Amino acid sequence: MYKKTVIIIALLALVAIPAFAKRGNKVTIAGSTTVLPIAQSCAEEFMNCHPDVNISVRGGGSSVGIASIIAGTVDIGDASRHIKDKELVQAREMGINPVENVVANDGIVVIVNPANSIKALSLDQVKDIYTGKFLNWKEIGGPNMPIVVISRDVSSGTFEVFKEKVMQGTAGIDGALMLASNNAVVSTVASTPGAIGYAGLGYVTSSIKVLSIEGVMPSKKTIQSGEYPISRTLHMYTNGKAKGNVKLFLDFVLSPAGQKIVEAQGFVKAN
Amino acid sequence: MKNIRETTFKSLTYVSALFTIIFLFGIIGSLFLEGLPLIKLVTFKTFILNPSWHPTSYPADFGILSLIAGSLIVTMGALILAIPLGIGSAIYISEIAGNKTREIIKPIIELLAGIPSVVYGLFGMAFLSPFLIRVFGIPTGLNACSASIILGIMVVPIISSMSEDALSTVPRQLREASLALGATRWETIMRVVLPAAKSGVIGSVVLGFGRAIGETMVVIMVAGGAAQIPTSIFQPVRPMTAAVAAEMGETVFGSPHFHALYAIAIVLFIITFATNLITEVVFFRKGDLK
Repeated sequence: MYKKTVIIIALLALVAIPAFAKRGNKVTIAGSTTVLPIAQSCAEEFMNCHPDVNISVRGGGSSVGIASIIAGTVDIGDASRHIKDKELVQAREMGINPVENVVANDGIVVIVNPANSIKALSLDQVKDIYTGKFLNWKEIGGPNMPIVVISRDVSSGTFEVFKEKVMQGTAGIDGALMLASNNAVVSTVASTPGAIGYAGLGYVTSSIKVLSIEGVMPSKKTIQSGEYPISRTLHMYTNGKAKGNVKLFLDFVLSPAGQKIVEAQGFVKAN
Repeated sequence: MKNIRETTFKSLTYVSALFTIIFLFGIIGSLFLEGLPLIKLVTFKTFILNPSWHPTSYPADFGILSLIAGSLIVTMGALILAIPLGIGSAIYISEIAGNKTREIIKPIIELLAGIPSVVYGLFGMAFLSPFLIRVFGIPTGLNACSASIILGIMVVPIISSMSEDALSTVPRQLREASLALGATRWETIMRVVLPAAKSGVIGSVVLGFGRAIGETMVVIMVAGGAAQIPTSIFQPVRPMTAAVAAEMGETVFGSPHFHALYAIAIVLFIITFATNLITEVVFFRKGDLK
């Protein structure tokens, strides 16, 4: 009898603790893996100044971030792309009003192996390479070597932006290498002479060569001004205008201290 | 008092056994629950036979023939490498090596089995792939060939240690009889010992197959990830496990893509289930013969 009571109390406690905890100052964030390092570092810094607020940050991808806002399971949904019309309709049906907060700018750089003599490409040339129209670098004035096309996994936010800005929605060739992370793309391009790939500006190292696109070299300045064609804004979505702790946190991200974190993570300040 | 302990112990073991079964059926149940809704969108035939895997395009293509082809080519490549090496080392350890050599070589081969797969993957990316580019002059080192080589190395200890177990259970008298009839050592091993241990050796190969086709980390890292039916072993491929693991993290719960990944998991499950079943049958026959 005694044992039973103990077990029941223990079970009740397990159920009750999270319920009580939720009443505290908790902010939940989920979504894009691109925005994740920003959200994570900002949350750590923010919690140092506001020890009474507890922020939990998860990844999951842009689609997950927006889906979580629509489902009402998080306070902030991160996304490296804009909300789609289809998702907006869904949100309205659920009585949710997604508000976009731009927290940073990001540029996707097109990279090749340093051994490659190519220095600049146009958007159309990049597209033709990724759709398999050009198979050898000599067709576009480079050395005589087969092009190794390197892309990202289809569910990554970087892939979606590349697909939208460069591929104009068309699918790439099936023979492209699909790698799982920005780092994998950079290291593979560095070790493969004929490779072309793309990654976030923050991942550029000296072991690869960055191409200028449409005559514009990607840099913090050209990305912030929108001059560089393959750039995007990074977002934190909220349901309605941010209030309370969520507003405090977003204000922090956009404050000079928060934007410094954004730059430290390799991204470009929000305008 | 003793009686109570006895009953408690009995029921504890019973519960643990029960839990294992519950977990298994829970996993199978959730696989089918999440995977089967895909049938509403694509027929089973197109799912298996369509080579286009474009899960996030509009309209999306959910055909996994190229993924199945990727899985099969890396697995077959791995076995081509691992079967001779594994059985060869098993024969050496069990039949030829002296006691001292055996004590050294056996643990070393088993150590290979203990290396985490992500370490194998790193080795493949950092050393094997640049090496293949240099040696063969191929455009990329992340391809079916490098994945096969790494998987092959991973499968060797499974085939080797299980085959060695099977070879050492062959009774001494058989070898002595064969040698007494004037057969050489080579003839004894090939015509007497190996056939006697046949079912154990085949079982080890089937288990190795299951290990290779289910391996995920290595193929994500070194197979290249291109969803295409390869026309040469130096082309990048996207095995089923790599597709599930790489894409599951960023799909929306309940979307067609999500169900499609579960459906791939069902196909994988059926393949590994079938191989395990075959192993069971092979071992069962071995038990019969005794």
